[in-house]
Amino acid sequence: MIGSPDVVAFAKEDEYGQTSPDLWPLPEEFSVPLYPLADSNPWAKTSYAKFTKDFILISEFSEQVGPQPLLTIPDDPKVCGTFDLNYFSLRIMSVDYQASFVGHPPGTGYPRLSFVEDSRVVLGDSKEGAFAYVHHLTLYDLEARGFVRPFCMAYVAADEKKIMLQFQELSLRFSQASECLKAGNRRAFAKELQRKLRDLEYTHSVLQREEGLQREAGPQSMYSAHAVEKANELANVEKSIFEHRDLLKQISSYHRRPRRDPHAVTCQKCVDECLSECEELLNKYAKIAYPCGYGEKAGKGEDGQGHPRGQGEDDDEEEEEGVKRKLSYTPQLIKAKSAKCFDKRLKTLQELCDKTFYEATVELLKETERSFRGDLCYLYTRRLDKALQRKQRVTTFLFEEDLNDDDEDELGTLRPFCAVNHAVDNYVLLNPPPIVLAPEPHELDALERPEHLDPASETSITLESELGLGESHLESSPSDQTLETQESSEETKGSFSSDKSGVGLAEIQQSLVSMKSEAPDPDPDSDLTPDPNHNLERESSSEEMETTAGEDEGENGGDQTPVSLLEVVSELEANREEEFEGVSGSELLVPIDTACCMVQEGFLYEASAPEAVPHPCQNSHLQPSQTLVVNQEPQALLPLQDDYTVGSPCSESPATGLDLPSGLLGDAVSRTSAEDGSDCTMSASTGSDQTASPLGYGALVTLRQRKKAGQGALRFVRQYPFAIQALWCLLSGRTLVVLGADEGRVRRLVAALALFVPAPGKCGERVQAWLSCPFTLTDLQRWKLIGLQRVASPLGSSMLYSLSRYSRYISILDADHKTLRCPQYRGQLLANIADHRTYIRRGSTYFLHLQSTLCHLAAKAFLFTFTHHLHLPVSSTEGLEVVESRRRCFLQEQLGLSEEDSQILLYLSQLITQQYLQPTGSSAAAPSFSFNYTTSILYKI
Amino acid sequence: MKSPVLCIGEEQPKNCFTELQVLKGHFDIVRFLVQIDDFRCASAGDDGLVLVWNVETGERLQELRGHSQQITAITTITCKNEVTLNTSLITASSDRSLSLWDPDTGNRVQTISDLHSSVKCLLVLERLCVWLSGGEELCVWNRDFQLQCQRPNHSDTGITALIELPKNYIAAAMDKKIMIYSLTVSADSSVSVAEIRCLSDHQDQIRALINVNDGFFASGSHMGELILWNATEWNLLAYEHILWEESQAYNQTEIRMGAPKPSEMSIQHLTTNGNLILAAVGSGLYVYSIQTRSVVAYRKVAHDSNVLHTMLLSDSELMSCSEDGSVRMWEIQDLPLPAEPASSGFFGMWSFGRSNKQSGPPSKKVIDIPNIRMLELMGDLIGHSGAVQMFVSFKEKGLVTCSADHLLILWKNGEKQSRLRSLALFQKLEERGGL
Repeated sequence: MIGSPDVVAFAKEDEYGQTSPDLWPLPEEFSVPLYPLADSNPWAKTSYAKFTKDFILISEFSEQVGPQPLLTIPDDPKVCGTFDLNYFSLRIMSVDYQASFVGHPPGTGYPRLSFVEDSRVVLGDSKEGAFAYVHHLTLYDLEARGFVRPFCMAYVAADEKKIMLQFQELSLRFSQASECLKAGNRRAFAKELQRKLRDLEYTHSVLQREEGLQREAGPQSMYSAHAVEKANELANVEKSIFEHRDLLKQISSYHRRPRRDPHAVTCQKCVDECLSECEELLNKYAKIAYPCGYGEKAGKGEDGQGHPRGQGEDDDEEEEEGVKRKLSYTPQLIKAKSAKCFDKRLKTLQELCDKTFYEATVELLKETERSFRGDLCYLYTRRLDKALQRKQRVTTFLFEEDLNDDDEDELGTLRPFCAVNHAVDNYVLLNPPPIVLAPEPHELDALERPEHLDPASETSITLESELGLGESHLESSPSDQTLETQESSEETKGSFSSDKSGVGLAEIQQSLVSMKSEAPDPDPDSDLTPDPNHNLERESSSEEMETTAGEDEGENGGDQTPVSLLEVVSELEANREEEFEGVSGSELLVPIDTACCMVQEGFLYEASAPEAVPHPCQNSHLQPSQTLVVNQEPQALLPLQDDYTVGSPCSESPATGLDLPSGLLGDAVSRTSAEDGSDCTMSASTGSDQTASPLGYGALVTLRQRKKAGQGALRFVRQYPFAIQALWCLLSGRTLVVLGADEGRVRRLVAALALFVPAPGKCGERVQAWLSCPFTLTDLQRWKLIGLQRVASPLGSSMLYSLSRYSRYISILDADHKTLRCPQYRGQLLANIADHRTYIRRGSTYFLHLQSTLCHLAAKAFLFTFTHHLHLPVSSTEGLEVVESRRRCFLQEQLGLSEEDSQILLYLSQLITQQYLQPTGSSAAAPSFSFNYTTSILYKI
Repeated sequence: MKSPVLCIGEEQPKNCFTELQVLKGHFDIVRFLVQIDDFRCASAGDDGLVLVWNVETGERLQELRGHSQQITAITTITCKNEVTLNTSLITASSDRSLSLWDPDTGNRVQTISDLHSSVKCLLVLERLCVWLSGGEELCVWNRDFQLQCQRPNHSDTGITALIELPKNYIAAAMDKKIMIYSLTVSADSSVSVAEIRCLSDHQDQIRALINVNDGFFASGSHMGELILWNATEWNLLAYEHILWEESQAYNQTEIRMGAPKPSEMSIQHLTTNGNLILAAVGSGLYVYSIQTRSVVAYRKVAHDSNVLHTMLLSDSELMSCSEDGSVRMWEIQDLPLPAEPASSGFFGMWSFGRSNKQSGPPSKKVIDIPNIRMLELMGDLIGHSGAVQMFVSFKEKGLVTCSADHLLILWKNGEKQSRLRSLALFQKLEERGGL
């Protein structure tokens, strides 16, 4: 009978076609599983892989030992099991990564940093049962070959399809992580360069001194082998200085490069900060150490300061130490030949990236790992669910858990991930407004503009001239050196005007300098950055940077005002100069310390619009004038952002979910509503310990808690025959008081019943789990579910008095005596969620069952609320009775609801109306409290 | 103690107040409510604060601060400027000051402090453009808070109530007496007050004094005397001693049970609609008909505690609030079987309606009045946790009650409110052009 054509006709044709050759399959018990099941979970395909669940692997292609795994997320050896990470690292790192330029490209005199875009590939190892999304990136390391260190981050899963279908999302997340790492790396690299330059300069000065001694010793020694060697060495050092300076320039121009990678979105602020730091450094090292002739002149100039030539280096060092006591870094002589790569220790990933950035990246990856837990079907339904929820804000507040805005951003747009802000303050991070901290170097025109636009900076210029600090003529002197130097001096010029303003203000705000000492400064190198302005001013007359810088520090009372920050300050908030002064002071002191972001946050972003979105780095190469507009009006950026998002290929799909084939999609949709499907989706999530959804960030009532409560609710329904009445009370807005002597029991009951409270609020504000004092009318108004302590004392009697007094507004569930006093419910609507003899055994199943019923209710309530003629007369001649009867007809006949069921709908409708009228719930008026006058009945078990 | 009849229970189909808003703002007992216009009311109490509320939304509109002690009297005064009616508030406080407030702006427009005594009652005579304050002395003020004239008084208690009588006469209740004053406005618009007559028919302190209509005014005393006066001739038209016979009867028959204490027969409050006078006597309610000069309906124990304020909503509906914290709505109903001969059916009703405590032989008085009707409890409003001091009805818009628990409650018709919200919803929907 089963095989008859009638039955088949109802099935799909293709299914028929597929099944026909296998008409007589082996009975289940005789079949041998293709892969031995490692665990009994049939939904996880990971069963034949050597690891139990998906993980993230970070590997490196070390120039010393080759590919090696660095860490896994989660960092738990159990996760990987017997899976060979070394082997897999080899696999994923051996992919022909984009050929990167190393060394000296033809036509340029200096080594070039290679700006390599990340690459994304999906790799599989079917033998191992492992598939991976692999994200390659390179980080800069001064000591590494070609200055680059290749890394990769891989999302390793057993399900190839999962990776393929999640590719966009994975790419997005890993791009964020990668950008974060790279941002930190650029900072660290700049810091390293700075240190190196410092060493080089020092070496240079020492060599020069030695050379000078030789020259004084006589012409014959000028041509000795020793002297020639010294001269060569000096030349080498000079070359090295130029090289490193060039590197610094390159790294600072990093962000201006057009990015081909649509996913590469960086936090503009971090980029800008890094840029400004590099710029400072560039300014500082722009005009050091020139070939001998010039150096001698400069040296003479320096003699004026009472430094007799030929002092020993120890002496010199001591002198330096004396001048700038604060400096903790001692420059070192650089040997002519640096150590070869095999006998030096390579920097770790933590060292390569700034610590904050590294940690933030790891956090981000952890978050990523969490959000990709579960099988594809589960992921898909959840995403679909979220997408739908987002569209139905009118009703979702009733029964759904609150969606995080954070979450929304993540999916909808390319939200740049900023390590610093993220680590410091969550919600500030969410909308860091696009503020360009530093003006673009090389573009003098652009620079002139903001200043003239802005009265504040004009003021500062005047101040500066009054103080006699306008030494712009000084900086022109070295500009005729080489092409490179000219460039750098132009850069200097570019930011010079703002420098001056900085100085001017700084002089005034001397007192605020004291803030420096309080600045959180874990970085010993931070003091290495002296004030670029002063360097600049002195530069033409001095050769020895160290000394001058140190003296400057002394002269100015350690006043160190960074350039670009002040620019912003004056642009943004002219009247806040003082505070910024302080802030920027600390910023300079801690030039690479990321904590300063937070401080700036407080001031800079206070006035900015909350909806402002940081712009992706693609925008940073806009015309400077445009950037300036953005600078002043954060909102102006929004259209730009939108354009960008729409244009990018990945913008669409993450919002709505995966690009599943339609058949699969249909499947998933049906599963969301069907109860049988829910069990299997749950098993992937609730079965293990992965229930916590990644969205439970700020909301106290998480999905996990709610699912847990499902068990309690199921128990309640099965245990109490009058559960249906209690549920009806909650759903129809009648406050339910759970009375009991045992706190644990009452709390458990309340937690279980809280599932049924419509619109419980983000943190469950409408539920009071445990109350031990008499309540008042306002309490009833505020809480829809109250756990009340039963006490045998005078207090208890007054409590009982309030119970009886307000008995018309409440239902009382006595947990001790197992009674319920509430109005009678005769409806049918709740019968399927409050079935005393339900076959549902699992809490999570019940929860989903409940969700679907409540969702259904919410949909009905929505329909009811927004159907005009059910509430208001259609024509002016119509009386209220007509409307009333129409409403009754709709509820009873069309929706098939009894009187009590209608009350549920009316209550939900009222909530929807209130929510719609006052979405924030903030109203000057007191909330209203509705009730009916109906008789209560005492139910016993 | 509690009469079973008074427990109406939770089923109240005729009670339309199915929504409430709790209005917070006071820090002490709220004693007074005045209606400013059709959507605003002001509340005042022992904290010296006067708050102005929007009854439609429940918003607090203004907070009038200035008095350092409790408010003893509050009234509205309306000025007719060209086109607009401008309503202001006059308040009197125990700090012996009087203030004039603008409820629109919350400004204290005028203030007089350092009065000799605190003012206990206020009376505005719109017609003469003056207002009077009564306390230990009677003062007449003009709109600009200038004292027109002043009349000291010899009674210890001072003036407790003031009403306006026809032809520029004023009646003032002082202890057991009612003084009739005449107000004369001379050509130079100066006002003088003259004592015309003293009515001393009350045996006890006068607790309530009201205008009934153009022809009558009424007063009630602490021991339950209700006297109807002719408003022009100032003579006694009717004297009703509520509960008198009963207390006499008790005194004669069962002394041990004890006669009702004076406080139980005290007329706390009188209200009228021109045809009927509603007297709050102890915890009971008595409806007195002007026409028949007799009590037409009563409920001896209408509340668990003293009734503090009453109101006649119509000829058949009334409302009362009490120290027990509830507001009750009553309906004057005809006897269930009007055709039946009075005695038996009537007796049944009577014994049913009475509280257990007073169960005894029906008094003669009741039987004497053939056309007595029932006072049936229609519904009650429970929300306050302290004595409900007063209430003001805004008809369709709701009812405001104030209480010793520092709260005001705005009671509304839930259906109507829901309709209004729906209206607002669809308006917003239209403005937004969709969801």
